[in-house]
Amino acid sequence: MSLVNYLVLSAILFSLGATTVLLRRNAIIVFMGVELMLNASNLALVTFSRMHGNLTGQVLAFFVMVVAAAEVVVGLAVIIAIFRTRKSASVDDVNLLKS
Amino acid sequence: MHTLTAFAAALHTVPAAAIGPAGDTDLSGAGVYALAPALIVVPLLSAAVLLLLGRRTDRWGHWLGVLASGASFVAAAAVFLAMLGRPSDQRVIDVNLGDWINAGAFDLHAGIRVDPLSMTFVLLVTFVGTLIHVYSVAYMEHDTDRRRFFAYLNLFVAAMLTLVLANSYLLLFFGWEGVGLASYLLIGFWNHNTPYAVAAKKAFVANRVGDVGLVIALGLMFSHFGSVSFATVLNAHPSEGVATAIGLMLLLAACGKSAQFPLQSWLGDAMAGPTPVSALIHAATMVTAGVYLIVRSAPIFNAAPDAQLVVVVVGAITLLFGAIVGCAKDDIKKALAASTMSQIGYMILAAGLGPIGYVFAIFHLVTHGFFKAGMFLGAGSVMHGMDDQVDMRNFGGLGRYMKITYFTFMAGWLAILGIPPFSGYFSKDKIIEAAFVPQNGEDWRAWVFGGVALIGAGITAFYMSRLFFMTFEGQKRWSKKRDGGDQHPHEAPRLMTWPMIVLAFGSVFAGMILASGSRFVDWLEPVTGHTEGDPVLPTWVLIALTLAAVVVGLVLAWRRYAISTVPVVPPVGTLLTRAARVDLYQDSVNNGLLVEPGKHLTRSLVYADRAGVDGTVVGISRLPVGIGEVTRKIQTGFVRSYAASMLVGLVVLVVVVLAVQS
Repeated sequence: MSLVNYLVLSAILFSLGATTVLLRRNAIIVFMGVELMLNASNLALVTFSRMHGNLTGQVLAFFVMVVAAAEVVVGLAVIIAIFRTRKSASVDDVNLLKS
Repeated sequence: MHTLTAFAAALHTVPAAAIGPAGDTDLSGAGVYALAPALIVVPLLSAAVLLLLGRRTDRWGHWLGVLASGASFVAAAAVFLAMLGRPSDQRVIDVNLGDWINAGAFDLHAGIRVDPLSMTFVLLVTFVGTLIHVYSVAYMEHDTDRRRFFAYLNLFVAAMLTLVLANSYLLLFFGWEGVGLASYLLIGFWNHNTPYAVAAKKAFVANRVGDVGLVIALGLMFSHFGSVSFATVLNAHPSEGVATAIGLMLLLAACGKSAQFPLQSWLGDAMAGPTPVSALIHAATMVTAGVYLIVRSAPIFNAAPDAQLVVVVVGAITLLFGAIVGCAKDDIKKALAASTMSQIGYMILAAGLGPIGYVFAIFHLVTHGFFKAGMFLGAGSVMHGMDDQVDMRNFGGLGRYMKITYFTFMAGWLAILGIPPFSGYFSKDKIIEAAFVPQNGEDWRAWVFGGVALIGAGITAFYMSRLFFMTFEGQKRWSKKRDGGDQHPHEAPRLMTWPMIVLAFGSVFAGMILASGSRFVDWLEPVTGHTEGDPVLPTWVLIALTLAAVVVGLVLAWRRYAISTVPVVPPVGTLLTRAARVDLYQDSVNNGLLVEPGKHLTRSLVYADRAGVDGTVVGISRLPVGIGEVTRKIQTGFVRSYAASMLVGLVVLVVVVLAVQS
């Protein structure tokens, strides 16, 4: 099986994630889109690692996972804080900085 | 500190021979001339005390004012006596007050010039001024601001003395502005009454127009002679062109201050001031400053025949103008104001005639100072007795109720008519004779200006008799008092009648005393010069014609205003009467020619400022605001649209990078 297929899958997953982020209003779903994009990029990194025959891409994928885990913690905390004050998890309601 | 050095310098007088052939080497009696600065300083200090101490001086402030003015008069009399003791060619004394302005080529000493001309004015101002101060003590008794009134009067006396005693045109200008200020403050003394405040402003503005002339004259003098002191300017022998330019500018200044055509419109409104002010400032002294200016600048005018002709024409126009307006006015003070304007027209006319008329201009000024001030005080006394009524149609028959006012006013009336031997006869008749002398060998001038002066005398007789008869003779036409009660005319208190009596004596005898043995001519001749000329008609014919014109005017007025009934409501009148009632449309003309175009100019300038200057600035400031307004729309506040733009931007970037690399 060609390694290019992995890259194509990664691109499809990334596009799905990006579409989710752009089109959905619910902050939790948006967050899931972000995670999907991160994991798509992880897949691409691992694939490239395999292509080049060194471990740099895999190490970088681990870094991404750690950062993603930290980001999920902070992001979910922010979403819960917003939901508590505004009784809504819609990202379109969070526009206080406008004007 | 500077003032102190000025005083110290004043203590030793510096004799000078600026005018006159011989230098002054005799210092005997020089000490008394050190009094000259005190003439100005004493009333000035009194004014300062009254204004600075304020209400604390309310109880005695008016007496301080009288005292200051009286002290000035005593000092003036002392200087005058000392001057009489000198030979007539050594009567010009310059008192140096120290360095005033020293800037580059411009080096000016402040100084006082005591000579027969300035002494004539000083005596007139301090003498009449003191009498009017005394009068005002009683006249202003019920005014809560009497102290402030006396402060302003003292300020006026100080400024007027500065004007006439200055030895340079710049110091003269200083006094010139000072009297303008005092005049403004006193016309608007009752400034809670809006029309009065407006009248004060009008006088101030009209005077400013004249002042521009004086400022330009100062500039011309400095650029051509390098100095503005009398000593330099009056001995400079300028070319005819320069002399004409300076002369015309000085005439403009004189027109403003002396209410001459075309700047005459303020004088009638100036009657808004308290009556003593009208007597002192707007009859006897300040308004004659223009005559002083012209006579003082005699050497300049002598070198400029064209300017002299303009002076004569202005005088002739004004004397007829004032006389015609005087015939129609029903307000006793405004009628007197028109008469003042007309009489100053005589003086200006005489001053424009050159050396033949200078002395008589000043002579008429002095006699006029007495009889017109006396009549104004009489008018004040009538107003005092008639509940401040000024409409002569509501007077009538007052002679029986105010005997002293009646007789003192009669003295002034006969004097202004020029009936011999009252003082006006000696001065006005001389002016008419001088006007009948051909100038430059041109007979038409003699006939035109002599004729105007002669006709003016007739009209003067008519309107002054009209004023006198309407007020003091005929039937009673009294209106009710303002509170609804009946009028009870009564004689004024003694403090008011005594100054009137003194001035009445002046009206009767001043002319005779000064004219006998050509005393006044000899007195002024060393300063102004004097020549005699032959009128186109014999002198006795002129005297007879003048008297005939006066008698005709008198009889006409007697028939219309003394023996027939004077309507209380003014009749519609002829076209001329109606025009004269509104001062021959002078205000309409000024409004149409100056005020309205001025307003339009101002409005268009304001528009240009708003549209042009402000528009540019505001336009520039709107540009960033507009840009911000447009770009603000991009910032929607939606996280997803930001994310989309980031994604699109990233994709574009990647595509571009790839496209460039491949």
